[in-house]
Amino acid sequence: MTNNPLPLKDRMQIQRHTMPAQAPQKRVSNFNEVNQGFSSELAREEAQRCLQCKDAPCSQGCPVHVHIPDFIDQILAGNMLGAADAILQDNLLPAVCGRVCPQEKFCESRCVLGKKGNPVAIGSLERFTADSTAADRAARPQGEKPAPTGKKVALIGSGPSSLACAGDLIRFGHEVTVYEALHAFGGVLIYGIPEFRLPKSIVAYEVDVLRRLGVKFEKNVVIGKTLTINELFDEQGYDAVFIGAGAGLPNFLGIPGEELIGIYSSNELLTRVNLMKAYQDQSVTPIFNFKDKVVAVFGAGNTALDSARTSLRLGAKEVHIIYRRSEEEMPARHEEVEHAKEEGVKFTFLAAPLEFLDNGEGWLKGVRLQRMELGEPDASGRRRPLPIEGSEFTLDLDLTVIAIGNGSNPLLRDTPELQFTRRGTLEVNPESLQTDKAGVFAGGDIVTGGATVISAMGAGRQAAQSINDYLSQL
Amino acid sequence: MFEIKDKTKIAPDIYRLEIEAPLIAKKFKAGQFIVLRPLETSERVPLTIMKTDPQAGTITLIVKAIGLSTRQLCALEKGQTVADLLGPLGKSSEIENYGTVVIVGGGVGTAVAFAVAQSLKEAGNRIITISGARDQSFVILEDDLREISDELIMATDDGSYGVKGFVTEQLKGLYARGEKIDRVIAAGPLPMMRFISDITREHNTPTVVSLNPIMVDGIGMCGGCRALVGGKIVFVCVDGPEFDAHQVDFDSLMRRNNAYRGIEQEKEHACKLEAEIETVQHDQ
Ligand SMILES: Cc1cc2nc3c(=O)[nH]c(=O)nc-3n(C[C@H](O)[C@H](O)[C@H](O)COP(=O)(O)OP(=O)(O)OC[C@H]3O[C@@H](n4cnc5c(N)ncnc54)[C@H](O)[C@@H]3O)c2cc1C
Ligand SMILES: Cc1cc2nc3c(=O)[nH]c(=O)nc-3n(C[C@H](O)[C@H](O)[C@H](O)COP(=O)(O)OP(=O)(O)OC[C@H]3O[C@@H](n4cnc5c(N)ncnc54)[C@H](O)[C@@H]3O)c2cc1C
Ligand code: SF4
Ligand code: SF4
Ligand code: FES
Repeated sequence: MTNNPLPLKDRMQIQRHTMPAQAPQKRVSNFNEVNQGFSSELAREEAQRCLQCKDAPCSQGCPVHVHIPDFIDQILAGNMLGAADAILQDNLLPAVCGRVCPQEKFCESRCVLGKKGNPVAIGSLERFTADSTAADRAARPQGEKPAPTGKKVALIGSGPSSLACAGDLIRFGHEVTVYEALHAFGGVLIYGIPEFRLPKSIVAYEVDVLRRLGVKFEKNVVIGKTLTINELFDEQGYDAVFIGAGAGLPNFLGIPGEELIGIYSSNELLTRVNLMKAYQDQSVTPIFNFKDKVVAVFGAGNTALDSARTSLRLGAKEVHIIYRRSEEEMPARHEEVEHAKEEGVKFTFLAAPLEFLDNGEGWLKGVRLQRMELGEPDASGRRRPLPIEGSEFTLDLDLTVIAIGNGSNPLLRDTPELQFTRRGTLEVNPESLQTDKAGVFAGGDIVTGGATVISAMGAGRQAAQSINDYLSQL
Repeated sequence: MFEIKDKTKIAPDIYRLEIEAPLIAKKFKAGQFIVLRPLETSERVPLTIMKTDPQAGTITLIVKAIGLSTRQLCALEKGQTVADLLGPLGKSSEIENYGTVVIVGGGVGTAVAFAVAQSLKEAGNRIITISGARDQSFVILEDDLREISDELIMATDDGSYGVKGFVTEQLKGLYARGEKIDRVIAAGPLPMMRFISDITREHNTPTVVSLNPIMVDGIGMCGGCRALVGGKIVFVCVDGPEFDAHQVDFDSLMRRNNAYRGIEQEKEHACKLEAEIETVQHDQ
């Protein structure tokens, strides 16, 4: 089956399309989405590049094995709802993943076209499919409700792992309630990833889809504090619990001067800006004045890039990303690095901070740094950065953002039956994702440490399957 | 949910609110706090729980209207609801029978002082409470404190009520009269807690302070509430709010709490202007 009008060799002639984007000079002064999405024409042309490989190596690269050739074929057939359904089988949040998956490491890294030229823009097509069908998907009548099983499941946290888990559990016919500590649903999608990469309306749309399917969402409930896991079972009558509490708890560098004013954790900056909307004039949440300031961001993951680009949009004059390894080791999405460079973010590789400097009144005025070189690979397989003696130098700064990863949220640590690793992540059976406590399952960043949206969703679905098996044996 | 069941003005700009929050009322232990947003557009405001009524399902808060969000809260009337409220957050106080415990409360810190004193009293301690206020009009919670204190010293800065002088002088007075003090607990403005801590350090009295940094989420996610305690970074919302006073770096904490001073005032100014413009438009 193929709806591609072009013969194979003609398909290979088409160059990969990049999504239209706001011009860098323009976008650095607004929080609107950078990427503007494919037009139908561009999407069609891009879809025509796909060779419809029988073994679909691209699908193997996707953590949830989206049937990529199938959905691309539906685009060519002009059946957009069909394309959406082909994705939704495996991935509940295509509008999100199309935007934020590190495709160059996942699906697109395996595309055969990538061997000689550029892979099919799978993420962009996924996004196009999701966006162009959003209204139709919302309007279409709901299929028949599954027969209720009479079983109740509580989900802790409303990040992608819980959302994916909820989506499956409700289809299995269970009663599903998502408990979120914050006042908005979506986890990192709502408080971490900025509006200019992932509009919050998209997250709200996806939560609404689940609501319409019957998932209940309760905000302002901190499991471990407001209600304990035992109470969920004994008093609230739940039969199983899924923990999708995410990472949280930002790491600090642990160097002198870190208590100076003018130093944010990336989580604080991003929460003030995204969750509390500090970038809007009418927001009452205060934020340091970034206008014409020099800002350094330490770290090199998505969080660091989001912090750097947010700083620019808040008016910073100069933003430096400082990373102790080299560009090759940067864990951030490739596209974000490119976008950040276009926007004028300056990168300093192979340098590590030694000490933050005080302006005499307790405010940050600069940082002392040391050059590094790469030695032998360490446990993570990346080459270990080693300090170069006598290479210290100073950088004058107004503000700093520390984005060197998150530990795990401590709220549930007091639950005696749960086993935490030394890193603070939860121990689970790798097959079933069940914790040491019967009926309690976990997935996403609370188990793996900071990872990706799609891997958290994959874990949510895996847990939903195990929970369903578990409940059927009760 | 979160309906304001009762509201009383107890001093200039200070209100006592009873809010419906049954799950929190049931769980609360002395020393804990909640985070609320008065309106959908407000900041997240951390507030100490003074006490709860688990039967009625309510919690009691003592709020000083000092900025925009606390003013929005205090402008709500009985019967209205707050947009968001979560808790109980933070660790509860360590409650044991220590012997004689001096509780020092200043300003709205008196709310947490009351909660902790009540639990310590129930645990068999002898409670001496020192409650400080600027002048008579700011004296709060006197009846509540009297009920749980073996001795209550009301002090005002100008002597318009109770004894004259700062709470620090009253504490010195207790040492001077030969009182054997086994533990001191202080809650109030940071400068007050620092001075108390300096005094008790000289006497080697174990001392606990309840810290009140600026917070955002209140659940250990942003790191905005961090403080230096014993040279280590702690997150007050999950590791505290109570810490060993003699280990706390008060200087950096005071700077942190003032970090937004200018910015807040600008924001408020802008908001007030907007409100004024709106009223003008409505009037027309
Ligand atoms: C700034 C930033 C940018 C990122 N960019 C990308 C990207 O571009 N691409 C990508 O794939 N990944 C990215 N990631 C990583 C990705 O967002 C996470 O891996 C993913 O969100 C993890 O999902 P989760 O469901 O495990 O938890 P989270 O998304 O962390 O959600 C957990 C939720 O649980 C709530 N919670 C915690 N404890 C409790 C409790 N006790 N009771 C009730 N609720 C609780 C929290 O408030 C939170 O809302 C980024 C992360 C950050 C921080
Ligand atoms: C654990 C904890 C318990 C608290 N308990 C109470 C309580 O029981 N009753 C009560 O009235 N208040 C309490 N507070 C303080 C209260 O949270 C702040 O007054 C409130 O957040 C101010 O919000 P706002 O928007 O009204 O003022 P803003 O406009 O945010 O601030 C007004 C001014 O106050 C300063 N400020 C802001 N937050 C704090 C703070 N936490 N400490 C000192 N100065 C601050 C600002 O820098 C600004 O100058 C507590 C704080 C914490 C962290
Ligand atoms: S979910 Fe992510 S990895 Fe999978 S196909 Fe879509 S964009 Fe690629
Ligand atoms: S590997 Fe590339 S060309 Fe082959 S089916 Fe997947 S997307 Fe199409
Ligand atoms: S308030 Fe955010 S970590 Fe404590």
